[in-house]
Amino acid sequence: MDRFFHSVTLDKDLCVGCTNCIKRCPTQAIRVRGGKAQIMPERCIDCGECVRVCPHHAKKARHDSLDMIKKYEYTVALPAPSLYGQFNRLDDIDYVLNGIKALGFDDIFEVSRAAEIISDATRRLLSDGKLKKPVISSACPAVVRLIRVRFPDLCENVLPLRSPMEVAAELAREQAVQKTGLPPESVGIFFLSPCAAKVTDVRVPIGIEKSNVDGVLAISDIYPRLVSYMNKLQNTEQLSHSGIIGVGWSSIGGEAAGLLNENNLSADGIENVIKVLEELEDEKLQDLDFIELNACAGGCVGGVFAAENGYVARARIQRLRKYLPVSCNRMEDVGGVAGLLWTQPLEYAPVMTLADNVEDAMRVMNKIDKMAERLPKLDCGSCGAPTCRALAEDIVRGLARETDCIFLMRRQIQDIVGGTQQQEG
Amino acid sequence: MKLHFEVPGDDFTRAGEASGELKRKLKRLGFDPDVVRRAAIAMYEGEINMVIHAGGGVVDVEILPDKITIILTDYGPGIEDVDKAMQEGFSTAPDNIRMLGFGAGMGLPNIKKYTDTLNIKTEVGKGTVLTMTVLTNKQA
Repeated sequence: MDRFFHSVTLDKDLCVGCTNCIKRCPTQAIRVRGGKAQIMPERCIDCGECVRVCPHHAKKARHDSLDMIKKYEYTVALPAPSLYGQFNRLDDIDYVLNGIKALGFDDIFEVSRAAEIISDATRRLLSDGKLKKPVISSACPAVVRLIRVRFPDLCENVLPLRSPMEVAAELAREQAVQKTGLPPESVGIFFLSPCAAKVTDVRVPIGIEKSNVDGVLAISDIYPRLVSYMNKLQNTEQLSHSGIIGVGWSSIGGEAAGLLNENNLSADGIENVIKVLEELEDEKLQDLDFIELNACAGGCVGGVFAAENGYVARARIQRLRKYLPVSCNRMEDVGGVAGLLWTQPLEYAPVMTLADNVEDAMRVMNKIDKMAERLPKLDCGSCGAPTCRALAEDIVRGLARETDCIFLMRRQIQDIVGGTQQQEG
Repeated sequence: MKLHFEVPGDDFTRAGEASGELKRKLKRLGFDPDVVRRAAIAMYEGEINMVIHAGGGVVDVEILPDKITIILTDYGPGIEDVDKAMQEGFSTAPDNIRMLGFGAGMGLPNIKKYTDTLNIKTEVGKGTVLTMTVLTNKQA
């Protein structure tokens, strides 16, 4: 499997080479070269910021298509809880779940069920006191990838539990095999996702060797068909089996609320997440037990594959979950914490370091510092790099030229013109 | 390589900027995460102290492959009793600073804890020079 696979990708034909995406990228992973944006795969964390900000819709997030379900004898859909916030005047989650079955799936397994199991496991791990505090949620795949490339010191603080999606996928497959007698590989498990990073997380997972999910479908992609099936439903069978805690994971603060412990912090939006991680790194938040971080504003409801405005979806879910039980699923349902733990530790990926050893890195940094002094410090982006400093680094690495800076070029031209004028005079 | 930072004493909200910059640089140079953390926190504590007590100052950092030296120089009131200042929980920070969560009396003790050597030269009424080193090949 491609180590540098990314959901986020570029449609070259649509890219006009503007500076919107390069300025917004939290890992400075994008450059405009030859009039087109380029994504550095080793730096991209699939947060989707560039997809959101691109006015030309040239940045896209890849996902699987609904046709893929035909490849399997039996299929189970895993709806993310954020899906429930996409519908106006919805008062019963079972409408959504029955609609998904009508769409062509044999069964559904709510991700919110697995979220409640993870909430339960997190509560117990926290009270056992074996985790390094403050514990950082591992639920947001973009945040975990951000920590891996930018916050080496915090890798140990990340909650070593599998995501609700993965736990749901495993349980769904087990149930399907039991019910049908089919071999596990004949069962197709599909996540209905608000999130582009989840597409990457399934292809190149962190913490586990292989994902149990066979395909990731974008909520925005299936939404129109799903709505039409939901409108045609005659009667609904009872399928929903999760409570306030599980459904609450759909927006920021939900996971933390599920810990039933006030000593936590929740932050959403990638820039805010970075600020919190920096404070954490400086050991300024040592008193907290738990930190919930979501790359998207509002939490998963704000994902790039969501069909509805994230804040509207959040408000709807708040109303929708009002009369649900607090929680319907417990850790015992999966036989304890062991099966929920990551099997591989989160390891720092030093993609931002300047060289393999400190001596060389210092030489490179010296050169970058010198080059940066010559640049105008306007961070205009016209050169295709997000900041003057980033251009200085690209020049030193041989990836860009000084004349890519229009201000340096203007100065050079003025020098030449000034020289000829002097000669003439 | 050498770095120089001016730490302004009149804007408390900017305290911590210089140590943040050091942290970013050390990370990009590829130092061990533990070294980055120790150097950044030690400098942060010193920087905050300069702003709270001394009206700012300057920081000079020398980065060598095996050793990071951080020298914080201020022209503030000096430290009257260094031994006391080194005790955990002892602080002379004013109440308005404590309201922000600073002034817990952990500044100098933390610097001592995170660095490999710490030298304090201080004269009451003249100022303070803190020289600290973090060895890069040693785990805390």
